Amino acid sequence: MSNLQFLWFILVGVLFSGFFFLEGFDFGVGMAIKSLAQTREERDVVIHTIGPHWDANEVWLITAGGAMFASFPMWYASLFSGFYLILLLILVALIMRGVSFEFRSRMESEAGRNFWEWAAAIGSGCAAFLFGMMFTAMVKGMPINANGDMTAHFTDYVNLFSIVGGVAVTLLCYLHGLNFIRLKTTGTLRERALKWAKPLYWVLFAGEVVFAILLFFNTDFFTKKPVSTLILVVALVVLTCLATYGVYGNHEWLSFISSGLSLIDVVVLLFNGLFPRVMIANNPVNSILIKDASNSPYTLHLMTVISLTVLPIMLIYFIWSYWVFYKRLAS
Amino acid sequence: MNLGLSILSLARFQFAMTTVFHFFFVPLSIGLAFVVAVMETIYVVKKDTMYKHMAQFWGRIFLLSFAVGVVTGIIQEFQFGMNWSEYSRFMGDIFGAPLAIEALVAFFMESTFIGLWMFGWDRFNAKLHCAFIWLTSIGTMISAMWILAANSFMQNPVGFMINAKTGRAQMTSFGAVVKNPQLWYELPHVLFGAFVTGSFVVAGMAAFALLKKKNVQFFRKSIKVSLIIGLIATIGVVGMGDVQTRYIIKEQPMKFAATEGLYKDSGSPAAWAVIEGIDSQNHKSKWSIEVPYVLDILSYHKLHGNVKGQNRINKELHAKYDKKFGKDMNYYVPTKTLFWSFRTMAFSGGLFALIAIIGLIFNRASSTLIERQRWFLWVLGICTFLPFVANTAGWFITELGRYPWVVYGLLTIADAVSPNVSVASLLTSNIIYFCLFSGLGIVMIVLSRRALHHGPDDLLNAPDDAPYDPYGKEAFSNE
Ligand code: HDD
Ligand code: HEM
Ligand code: HEM
Repeated sequence: MSNLQFLWFILVGVLFSGFFFLEGFDFGVGMAIKSLAQTREERDVVIHTIGPHWDANEVWLITAGGAMFASFPMWYASLFSGFYLILLLILVALIMRGVSFEFRSRMESEAGRNFWEWAAAIGSGCAAFLFGMMFTAMVKGMPINANGDMTAHFTDYVNLFSIVGGVAVTLLCYLHGLNFIRLKTTGTLRERALKWAKPLYWVLFAGEVVFAILLFFNTDFFTKKPVSTLILVVALVVLTCLATYGVYGNHEWLSFISSGLSLIDVVVLLFNGLFPRVMIANNPVNSILIKDASNSPYTLHLMTVISLTVLPIMLIYFIWSYWVFYKRLAS
Repeated sequence: MNLGLSILSLARFQFAMTTVFHFFFVPLSIGLAFVVAVMETIYVVKKDTMYKHMAQFWGRIFLLSFAVGVVTGIIQEFQFGMNWSEYSRFMGDIFGAPLAIEALVAFFMESTFIGLWMFGWDRFNAKLHCAFIWLTSIGTMISAMWILAANSFMQNPVGFMINAKTGRAQMTSFGAVVKNPQLWYELPHVLFGAFVTGSFVVAGMAAFALLKKKNVQFFRKSIKVSLIIGLIATIGVVGMGDVQTRYIIKEQPMKFAATEGLYKDSGSPAAWAVIEGIDSQNHKSKWSIEVPYVLDILSYHKLHGNVKGQNRINKELHAKYDKKFGKDMNYYVPTKTLFWSFRTMAFSGGLFALIAIIGLIFNRASSTLIERQRWFLWVLGICTFLPFVANTAGWFITELGRYPWVVYGLLTIADAVSPNVSVASLLTSNIIYFCLFSGLGIVMIVLSRRALHHGPDDLLNAPDDAPYDPYGKEAFSNE
């Protein structure tokens, strides 16, 4: 494995981390439209918290996909064709929630608005759940042949482990969304978000324990990389403790940053376990390795130079746009 | 399950369906962003709030288009991996780079600045706010540039070698990929086509509104601005189309011969078939109505010269590729589709120019002719839809004319498809996309009509310093 290949494995991880950190609260906020918010005005406010940002957040996913294609096409080809039906559902969920914000604002009847609010809530929830399910199934090991083609059956990706993974990610996103709403709103909405987060954090703790146990039995993470895996699992719990502390002590930034970091921790946990592979096959011979999956050094080098020049510029205006809209919204 | 459907035909149908649908909104978004940016610039320069309201009003249609453009774009990116995994493996070294750069350079730019633009009306001064729509507009054009760079490689592979060990394409010169002549012929044509789309949608919708005699001043001005852009863009698209035509005669003669329905060589001087009965089974033309010399003028800008027919090109391609792809390849492209697509596209170009000129004459400041000529408003209204037909026709030529390859001369369509995706999965996704797109298309049309029906009254009547909230209920309803 060359340095460049290693760098790009990390970069793809960074992009997915960025995606889960940002789109994580988008998904959470999306779900909150139909759960947390109770009046028309509250729903307006909840949607407004992500109004100017959700599209740019989603571009992190598009960039992660593009970066995967540009650095590890064998990974991209195998993963995307292998999880065909899950990705199809993810796309449908992303489409429904993507158009919902715009379409909702054009509705004249309460029923019309209601429809698109449900589309946003269900789309967000399903997308979070399906992403969690896909990534969990991916690290469990899949039937992959020598060409890298995966032919999985229903039970390969829908099983106890992947469902728990999906639920855990959904819950993490939901709480992350509540923490974001606490930061961006005032009044009853903010209080309710706090009230709801408290019990949910205890559910999350339980979920994390179950997930860790299943991780032990379903993957080779603990046998192949016991130390780092353990550290990351402990980090997840610590971050959740911090977030819980932030909830009970009413430290808004602390909970928000911790819940975001726990999503990133999950991504790191998965990427750490994958390494030095990109796809894990049931039959270890067929696992796809970083060193075999990548593009030529020429292209990797090119992409490195371009990304490292463009990324800082992009981050400047990306962060500026958050700064500009950093203002609490009153209901 | 066997319905006589193959993964290949389903994957192709799905690709065509999803890209065509994506490309309804792509040119609309690119075009409207530009038109709206021009309107807002006029406002900044002239300080006439009419133009601000114009930018806000047409901006609503733009935001609708953008929303659907974005969500259908994600499908595009994912489906290379999902449906065309062998293609992704073969082309990853070259195709991935422009796609990733597009996301990094263009998508972040357009999505961030459109957020600032949408929600920033009452937060920024007029000049800065106007800069946001320009940055969005430039973002959409940069995005077009990078994706077309990828597409152009497939039409005309350059700057690569085939890795002897893996058999896959490998980039050797990024410079060559970006300087691909195909790209620099295609990009201006596509962008001008997008400006045609944006401006004729504005003009056409405004014409429908004028028929109702509401907000006459507002819509007449809208027509004026958009038709000026439309006329320039039409000249651009036709001019670049002419340049492109002469380029493909050299680079992809089969494609050109098919757009002209030529099976036999034309001989010199070459006559141009206005319409023709094509017998694609037996590779011949049954009858045709021809104009002498015109094909030579189109092809070479001269009055003489021979244009090669498909029969001869077919033999040449066999001679060139038989060693690599075998004797059984069929190099004839879908001639009927290409022939009629080309005529549709070129005819639309002429029509747009004519209508823009008449419209601008009727709509001079001193005259109320345009309000009185209701037939013309109807024609202009119908022109709302024509750019979409022309764009799609253009892509039919480009993409089907590449048959039987996905990557010209290197990879056939049949070898590009994902081998592990089942017919059942593909059928499911085709059906789901079909229903989804029908739904989105209908909602899109209904909401655009509704926006037009409500007109700009809420904007015109609002006090100058009222907060502008794109998601707020005051933006739309008359409750
Ligand atoms: C000539 C222009 C053009 C062409 C041929 C395509 N697109 Fe596109 N695409 C755009 C021009 C564009 C755009 C104008 O930039 C869009 C449309 C509306 C929008 O929001 O951005 C867009 C949106 C868009 C998005 C969402 C971006 C966002 O969230 O902001 C993705 C992921 C893609 N496209 C990917 C593709 C792929 C993989 C294509 C190849 C089949 C493709 N597009 C064809
Ligand atoms: C720039 C990005 C594009 C790329 C990379 C691209 C790539 C492809 C690929 C891989 C195929 C499948 C192979 C085949 O069946 O021929 C295809 C076919 C096709 N594409 Fe494109 N395409 C692009 C843009 C578009 C756009 C914008 C449109 C139309 C609006 C379009 C219309 C079609 C059609 C009609 C087909 C034929 C499907 C068939 O063969 O039945 N393409 N293109
Ligand atoms: C007289 C007028 C026109 C001529 C001679 C012309 C010529 C061409 C040619 C030769 C191609 C195929 C290029 C290739 O395969 O590489 C093409 C493609 C295309 N045309 Fe046109 N065109 C004309 C008008 C229009 C108009 C009015 C529109 C839309 C508003 C349009 C939109 C497109 C699009 C979107 C494509 C596909 C992308 C591309 O390859 O550029 N064209 N045109």
